Amino acid sequence: MSIRISQIDKRYGQTRALEPIDLDIHDGELIGLLGPSGSGKTTLLRIVAGLEQADGGSIHFGDRDVTRVHVRDRRIGFVFQHYALFRHMTVFDNVAFGLTAMPRSRRPSSGEIRSRVMQLLEMVRLQDFARRFPAQLSGGQQQRVSLARALALKPDVLLLDEPFGALDAKVRQELRRWLRHLHEELHFTSLFVTHDQEEALELSDRVVVMSNGRVEQIATPDTLYRHPANQFVFEFLGDVNRLEGDVEAEVLTCGDARVAVPGVENGRQELLLRPHEIRLGEQPDACAHLPVSVTAVVPVGAEVRLELEADWLGEPWLATISHAEFERLDVKRGKRLFAQPSRLHRFDTPRPQTLAPLATS
Amino acid sequence: MIRIGDAPRVRRLLIGTALTLTALFLLLPLVAIFAQALMSGIDVYWQNLSSVYTLSAIGLTLLVAAITVPVNLVFGVFLAWLVTRFDFPGRRLLQTLIDIPFAVSPVVAGLVYLLLYGRNGWLGGWLDAHDIQIMFAWPGIVLVTLFVTCPFVARELIPLMQTQGSREEEAAVTLGASGWTIFRRVTLPNIRHALLYGVILTNARAVGEFGAVSVVAGAIRGQTNTLPLQVEQLYQDYNTVGAFTSASLLALLALLTLAAKAALEWRAARRETAT
Repeated sequence: MSIRISQIDKRYGQTRALEPIDLDIHDGELIGLLGPSGSGKTTLLRIVAGLEQADGGSIHFGDRDVTRVHVRDRRIGFVFQHYALFRHMTVFDNVAFGLTAMPRSRRPSSGEIRSRVMQLLEMVRLQDFARRFPAQLSGGQQQRVSLARALALKPDVLLLDEPFGALDAKVRQELRRWLRHLHEELHFTSLFVTHDQEEALELSDRVVVMSNGRVEQIATPDTLYRHPANQFVFEFLGDVNRLEGDVEAEVLTCGDARVAVPGVENGRQELLLRPHEIRLGEQPDACAHLPVSVTAVVPVGAEVRLELEADWLGEPWLATISHAEFERLDVKRGKRLFAQPSRLHRFDTPRPQTLAPLATS
Repeated sequence: MIRIGDAPRVRRLLIGTALTLTALFLLLPLVAIFAQALMSGIDVYWQNLSSVYTLSAIGLTLLVAAITVPVNLVFGVFLAWLVTRFDFPGRRLLQTLIDIPFAVSPVVAGLVYLLLYGRNGWLGGWLDAHDIQIMFAWPGIVLVTLFVTCPFVARELIPLMQTQGSREEEAAVTLGASGWTIFRRVTLPNIRHALLYGVILTNARAVGEFGAVSVVAGAIRGQTNTLPLQVEQLYQDYNTVGAFTSASLLALLALLTLAAKAALEWRAARRETAT
């Protein structure tokens, strides 16, 4: 079922929680709402659910206008950040709740309910836990119960509010993969909220980046990462290094550091680059003379993270290099090296610009 | 780590003092009540108990409790629900107003009701014209008791419902449950211990209230005497044994209440450890 959000806005007293927002979600799509806390993403999700009323605008599920439809009649499944399981009911009764709460005329027989619930519990791999109480389960198990409960009524739309936010990293990974799987299998339309960019990029077909109640960009994870619409999106999607200096004749100078910046006009400029867009060498090259010293070395997984400092830098840079490079340069704390940016990004221009100052490779 | 009172001598002294004071101030009076009541033997005790006036006082006291407790149960749940689940202008004010019966002396509460409903009161003239008697009759006693006991249930529920939040209810509504189903199957089971405790407190106070009731009851023997009033009146008549007989009933009720409360707490604690 597709979802069409048009011109939805919301105020809390004087503060504007949501600017008028438009968003079209296709049938079967998995959409991530990404943003820092206070960006309005949860408010938007709760408005789609009907748990909160928008001040203006409309929401359609398929052809059905649900703007004025009560939550209980919207046919949504909602998964809460802290699970919100009924603490005094067993796992079985939790999952069965939606079915047993139906008016008698529509309610399935207890046998049907039983088999449906067991089938759902099997799907979330908790069939052996049916008689337990929520407090007797781990966080990850509780969240799976909550998912099964939300899916019991076969909702058209599944809404998830920071579903994995309260879990530890490993369980989160596992549940993410599993949700992706489930989504492909059952093909419901879903919208989830997260502040974790990795989660948004990994799970979503498309990501909606929000800040201050506004949509900053709606794009596929790939586009979002490669072509961020503005500085906010660029900075929110990963670590960022800053380079600020005066440009004259396409060369940026900052203290004793220099770098070629082809096509950049004269004046004070701010350029940004990602940690993996820094190369390191023993010598400066023709395009860049950026002396730095290594202040921290952290090997993580496939790469080595380095913290770089210099007098010409306001805040230290973060660089990631391969283990091979790390060994070749014999990097140690305190070692002096030269940085060579492979790419530089500008966002103060009308359109974002990317430049490649490296002439030689 | 050394804590204050860890030295054996200090510890024994502290425990000893606490136990002695408890015995002196709490246990001894309780024993004295029953001792006094049974001073002239069980037959006299029984005679006093089965006197018409005492029986009528018992009846009236039970009637007051039987009306007050259910009314305040419903009212308290309603109020707690309103204050913790909705945001509306005046919510904080309402929360403060709930405490008025605690803040005001019961005698003052009684006087206010007398002023309102008494023959010369604001509403008294109208009531009198329609031949409705509230003051110096059981309806007045019920009214002031309602007033005095109305915060107990709400006060027990509000903090609990605030910490529990409304997430479970929201989950229930997204699953299509109606308001009544949510209340019955989600809210009520979560608050039932606090609710029972609130009811126990309400009952204890409804049975034992003296100040407010004495103002509006008018002390008509055999008609508007509740047990606490009966105790006082018998004592004024130098009928010590009779007074203590009625007092022993109240003490017995108090003990039963305490036992019920302890049983509830014990059960709640056992549930906690089980999960």
